[in-house]
Amino acid sequence: MIAYIIRRLLLLIPVLIIVAVIVFSLVHLTPGDPTSAMLGREASAEDRAALREELGLNKPLLKQFVDWSWGAMRLDFGESFFIRKPVTEALLDRAEPTGLLTLYSLTFAVALALPSGVIAAMRPNSLIDRLLMVTSISGAAIPSFFFGILLMLFFAVNLGWLPSGGYQDIGNGFWQHFRYMIMPSVALGFSSAGLLARIVRSTMLDVLNQEYIRTAYAKGLAENQVIRGHALRNALIPAMTVTGIMLANMLGGAVVIETVFNIPGMGRLLVQSVVRRDFPVVQAAVLVVAVIEVLVMLLIDILYVFVDPRIRYGSE
Amino acid sequence: MAVSRMDLASNATAPKRARRFTPYAIPSNSKFYWMRLVAENPAAVGSLILLLIIALGATFAPVITQFDPDYVNPADRLSPPSSTYWFGTDDLGRDIYTRVVYGARVSLLVGLAVMVGATTIGALLGLIAGFYPRRIDTPLMRVMDGLEAFPSILLAIAIMAAFGAAVQNVIIALSVVYAPNIVRLVRGTTLMNSRELYVESARAIGMRDWSIMHKYILRNSLSPLIVQATFVVAFAILAEASLSFLGAGVPQDIPTWGGMVSAGQARLQQAWWAAVFPGVMLFITVLAINLIGDALRDALDPRSRQR
Repeated sequence: MIAYIIRRLLLLIPVLIIVAVIVFSLVHLTPGDPTSAMLGREASAEDRAALREELGLNKPLLKQFVDWSWGAMRLDFGESFFIRKPVTEALLDRAEPTGLLTLYSLTFAVALALPSGVIAAMRPNSLIDRLLMVTSISGAAIPSFFFGILLMLFFAVNLGWLPSGGYQDIGNGFWQHFRYMIMPSVALGFSSAGLLARIVRSTMLDVLNQEYIRTAYAKGLAENQVIRGHALRNALIPAMTVTGIMLANMLGGAVVIETVFNIPGMGRLLVQSVVRRDFPVVQAAVLVVAVIEVLVMLLIDILYVFVDPRIRYGSE
Repeated sequence: MAVSRMDLASNATAPKRARRFTPYAIPSNSKFYWMRLVAENPAAVGSLILLLIIALGATFAPVITQFDPDYVNPADRLSPPSSTYWFGTDDLGRDIYTRVVYGARVSLLVGLAVMVGATTIGALLGLIAGFYPRRIDTPLMRVMDGLEAFPSILLAIAIMAAFGAAVQNVIIALSVVYAPNIVRLVRGTTLMNSRELYVESARAIGMRDWSIMHKYILRNSLSPLIVQATFVVAFAILAEASLSFLGAGVPQDIPTWGGMVSAGQARLQQAWWAAVFPGVMLFITVLAINLIGDALRDALDPRSRQR
């Protein structure tokens, strides 16, 4: 097991290098000179030269990459052009709303998808099964920002039950904070919930047709004992992979949802930085999310072993 | 292909389905064969018709709308839906119905162009990676791993940040984002097919690698590729709308569904229609494409049915 984890960590290195190269190249993909994109066309030649010097754009490309990667490893992404403070600090200031939003959305998606997927598999073609199908098909087609706006129109504008946007620090009381996060979390988690529920349903259906389930019923176990003790655990493995992918998609989707609901998180900062062409922030935010995704996928592979003792990675 | 599908379907599902009216008796060479297709998958056929209507509307937009999409009429700003303004007007008094019809142009153009871009790049790289597993596969697939480490929308935003807002940049960015998926798919089928005996015989009679790839391998990968390409259209339309919603996609002077929803959100309290109609069109279009994709998958890979 430890050998497997070490091997997986070593395999991460090439992927992380490629991720770093992609993020680093962003500045150099800019047509023309990145400084003119950052400063605007009217900037004087001296200003541009000063910025080139500040960004180290005069150095050889490889040297720039090594310097930048070395900085990134120490979580030093330089200073933001626009907010005029270290990028790492700017990102950390915004990490709480994004982290909590992702956490709530994931909880919402799993809490909704797991029971409805299981029930739909136990009662195929029932009302709940059909309802689930319609929800998951619509969830895949509705853009999260539009679903968020529909929720806003209904629950904030028409009914006035929830605030239409903004953010309250969790320090101001949980309920006060959570009221602001209900609609964003539902909007972000809805499509993932549909997808996850479909996966749970189809793997559950496979498992329920197995011989050992029939045996479990035959020896007189109650339905919920069969489901919980025998079926669900085996159905969980594909669902776990999907949950990992979902988490990564939610970190991406948070960019859009934070903009819809005006939440001052990392995603909103990223969008603002794209518009301001504040490259150090864009690079750092994108890199951080990609690294989180790579680590989450690794974590899931390791978790498999605990959910399914039959999987033994070391022995191949 | 259609005949084989019927044969396969008849084993597993025919007794159950026979209770409903399904004109299975119509053979595939009959001129009423379309009736069977419709009966088997009404949702997909309905979706196809809907998409055709949207595409025709986008092509002949000036004919079916009475305003210019950029025509500003301050006297009628934020008017609710009426017989003059079917979908109401926005905060500048522009007709939303007209802009929704014109907005379909960008969505469909981006969807189709990204499909062509991503499948071309993806199929080419996937074929090469799968056909030369020793030399090219490992480095290429590591690059794909790297690209896939980014959530798709984030990578698209990052590329747009570098290139700047423009329709062709959206197409390039999304092609890069969705190509790795296709590469993986085609690589998998290529690896599998190139071990087949007929590929070995083709080599033995001295066929060139390119001819083998084209004639034997790519053609055998086509079914999953077509299905995946359909979903790429839907993903690309959604992603373009998200980018335009964020102001990082198509320039704001061109009407797009995502951009219209974004502008409408600012006036949600006074004029719900400004955000809702473009959003609903987006939803319907993507839903229709997904339903067609599902039907294609069922038709081309009968094993995936019942899932």
